[in-house]
Amino acid sequence: MGKLFAVTLAIVALASAYPIVTRMYVPPVDISTHGHAIDEQLNDTMIEAGISFLAAQLLLAIFVWKYSGRKSGSALKNFPGGARVLVLAAFVLVGVEILGLGIKGQKAWASVYFTPASADALQVQAQAGQFAFYFRYPGPDGKFGQLHPDKINEAEQNYFGLDPANDIEARDDIVTGELGVPVGREVLLLMHAKDVSHSFFVRELRIQQDFLPGLDLSIHFTATTIGRYEILCTQLCGLGHYNMKAYLNVMSPEDFNTWMKQKASEQ
Amino acid sequence: MQESSAPQAHLHAPPESFLRKYVFSLDHKVIAKQYFALSLVAVFLGMFLSWVMRIHLVWPNARIPGLEWISKVGAPGGVMTPEYYLSLLTMHGTLMVFFVLTNAPFAAFGNYFLPIQIGAEDMAFPRFNMMSFWITFVAFLVLVAAFFIPDGPPISGWTAYAPLSAVGKDAGPGMAWGQNLWGISIAIFCVGSLLGALNFIATTLDLRAKGMTLMRMPMTAWAWFITACISLLAFAVLLPACILLILDRTAGTSFFIPSGLVVSDRLQPHTGGSPLLWQHLFWFFGHPEVYIAILPAMGIVSHVLINSMRKPMLSAKAIIYSMMSIGFLSYMVWGHHMFVSGMNPMSSLAFSFPTLTITIPATVMVLIILGSLYGANIQIDSASLFALGFVSMFVAGGVSGFFLAQPSIDIVLHATYFVVGHFHMVMGVAALFGAFSGTYFWFPKMTGRMMNETLGKLHFWISFVGSYCIFMPFHYLGLVGNVRRYSSFVNDFMPALMPVHLFITIAALVTGAGQFIFLFNLVYSRFRGAVASDNPWNATSLEWSIPSPPPFNNFGDKHPVVYHDPYQYGVKGSKGDFVMQDSPEQIPDET
Repeated sequence: MGKLFAVTLAIVALASAYPIVTRMYVPPVDISTHGHAIDEQLNDTMIEAGISFLAAQLLLAIFVWKYSGRKSGSALKNFPGGARVLVLAAFVLVGVEILGLGIKGQKAWASVYFTPASADALQVQAQAGQFAFYFRYPGPDGKFGQLHPDKINEAEQNYFGLDPANDIEARDDIVTGELGVPVGREVLLLMHAKDVSHSFFVRELRIQQDFLPGLDLSIHFTATTIGRYEILCTQLCGLGHYNMKAYLNVMSPEDFNTWMKQKASEQ
Repeated sequence: MQESSAPQAHLHAPPESFLRKYVFSLDHKVIAKQYFALSLVAVFLGMFLSWVMRIHLVWPNARIPGLEWISKVGAPGGVMTPEYYLSLLTMHGTLMVFFVLTNAPFAAFGNYFLPIQIGAEDMAFPRFNMMSFWITFVAFLVLVAAFFIPDGPPISGWTAYAPLSAVGKDAGPGMAWGQNLWGISIAIFCVGSLLGALNFIATTLDLRAKGMTLMRMPMTAWAWFITACISLLAFAVLLPACILLILDRTAGTSFFIPSGLVVSDRLQPHTGGSPLLWQHLFWFFGHPEVYIAILPAMGIVSHVLINSMRKPMLSAKAIIYSMMSIGFLSYMVWGHHMFVSGMNPMSSLAFSFPTLTITIPATVMVLIILGSLYGANIQIDSASLFALGFVSMFVAGGVSGFFLAQPSIDIVLHATYFVVGHFHMVMGVAALFGAFSGTYFWFPKMTGRMMNETLGKLHFWISFVGSYCIFMPFHYLGLVGNVRRYSSFVNDFMPALMPVHLFITIAALVTGAGQFIFLFNLVYSRFRGAVASDNPWNATSLEWSIPSPPPFNNFGDKHPVVYHDPYQYGVKGSKGDFVMQDSPEQIPDET
């Protein structure tokens, strides 16, 4: 039965690795400027993890095969080098991996979080609320109107709680249900939570950031490929969480300008 | 600290009445069996919840017979609503993490065998011990009560993030009394756990028999001791966190709720709080909690494997120090659950380094176990199969942690099925395999009868292959962006992945069915199993030096004296291939 365990384990381990090695499950296309570093990090980690996984499982299988079901009276042996070699191996192998991947991975993280947005980034505000995303553009005056939570009125489509009657800056704000951006232009996404925690996840953009009620944070990105991409909420926010989504619409600069004009006229 | 040398006066008299013998017992062995029974009920309930969740994911409009009786509102006509899916998900996680993974490997087995393995008559505080169990039992009843209230259980997950969990009924179904019951239940659970942890620590430090130095304690005793130390600090933080949550919900405080929130068209009256505070408090508990779940299983597996290999580990100290390091480091990594939470991104980097570092002691343990298998004489039976399976599962689950430890990669894997695959394998399956291994190993001691080996092996094969079939594909799903905690999959890219979900659901149902073989084996063997000797496994530690099952005061009127390290197997020059810890036989070259 020890040999059966060894064979089963080897099959299960190889079967687990198979879909990865044959790239049956590939991440979605990368449409961002920073995503390449993340994908590379993921690939490097996959190789190291894959080797560690297979080596450990196959070693376990080999040792159980060899050292189970032995004739009674078989001599016991100790691993050459004993515990010292293994402890050293653990420190060295993992230490190198940590230093390598950890330090290298900092660059990918830093490119998302530690580089400031450029001064001419397109500013858009995203508001997440049970169970929809809305987006707000500042309009020709380049300024966002103030938010008044007590003025939020879904029936009147005042999703952000704007007060255009008394707030000049709010008068030209453009509210949309879709995040339209021009291709190749940096976008500064200001994130505001209306009620509970939500998250903004666009797989192709390699961006995932929680909305934090009470703290308006921001994230910036540049989309490199025209197309429509799903925005998913990934922070459990209530019964409609599974259906809380919107679309990132990456357009040519001309199409974006047309779209903006159209949206402005719909306000 | 040297072992206690004063002979122990009887800690408490033998029980006389039915209530004292079987209900409000002070005997650690009875209390352990009570914990074991509670975790059995919880695990089958949690497993049943996972079945209906998996069925719903693949067949969203399926009529699940019987579900409408449990909740007319949550499952009208037996068809699960999105909110009820989240309720079941919350209860599944809460039951499994608290009432199974904290109870079985630690409270159940630890309570039974820690005193015996160190040569003590009972735990240091038998009354606290009894209270711990009954408090935990009350916590269970309070939690399960949430199923029976009209609005149902909460929908915020076992992590209960604020403000969703804090603002009250405006947040959705189940978020009024359901969430209150959750908070009260977990707070009560914390009290029971804190009492238990105190007991384990005091017992280990004070009640060791003559000759039982700390370094002569078996792996399991070390694992339970370190787990108890972690528990004390972890539950001490969760308890006030739950109280603060309940206050926000009922007393108008604003620990976790900022101003200006509009939930269900109502402007919330709170101001000044921070949702991030809940996350910090919860995960400061939550990360050590997962090590509370796994360390006892590591101890059990080491203990069983050494016996099965007929050979000690290459270095007992390496394993013990690794367990200590894991315990220590577990307090430095909690922020890795919060990389994209909105906390300072510099903190994310800071948390990632200890998270990566904790891989080192985990790798030391795995390599020492593998290296010890080399040249051994492995006896294969149900207990050792589950122990070997643990090693495989722990590696499989641990390796995916390496991805999640890096913030840059977490950007694309956070909140996907990759995370769900990771923690189920490394914590759910691995810890359960440790518990199974312990059950097959110690059942003869606890009941005086052997479990059926054929059924045990069948249970193993179904569980081992089944668990890989269920949880390995979760990783693939996560890599392509399948988001977790969704009650249905309506995203554009999901149809192509539904065959994978179907495969997982079928694997889950089959593997789940296989667990009934274990349940049957437990009950059948208890009454009809072959009679067990005192030491059916030819093992060395003190529990095998007493009758199966042990008498009320474990060692009778004798006070055990310990002469040896716990794992004298394959000793040159000894009669047979093992020497028990309390044997006066001299062993040449023993340090």
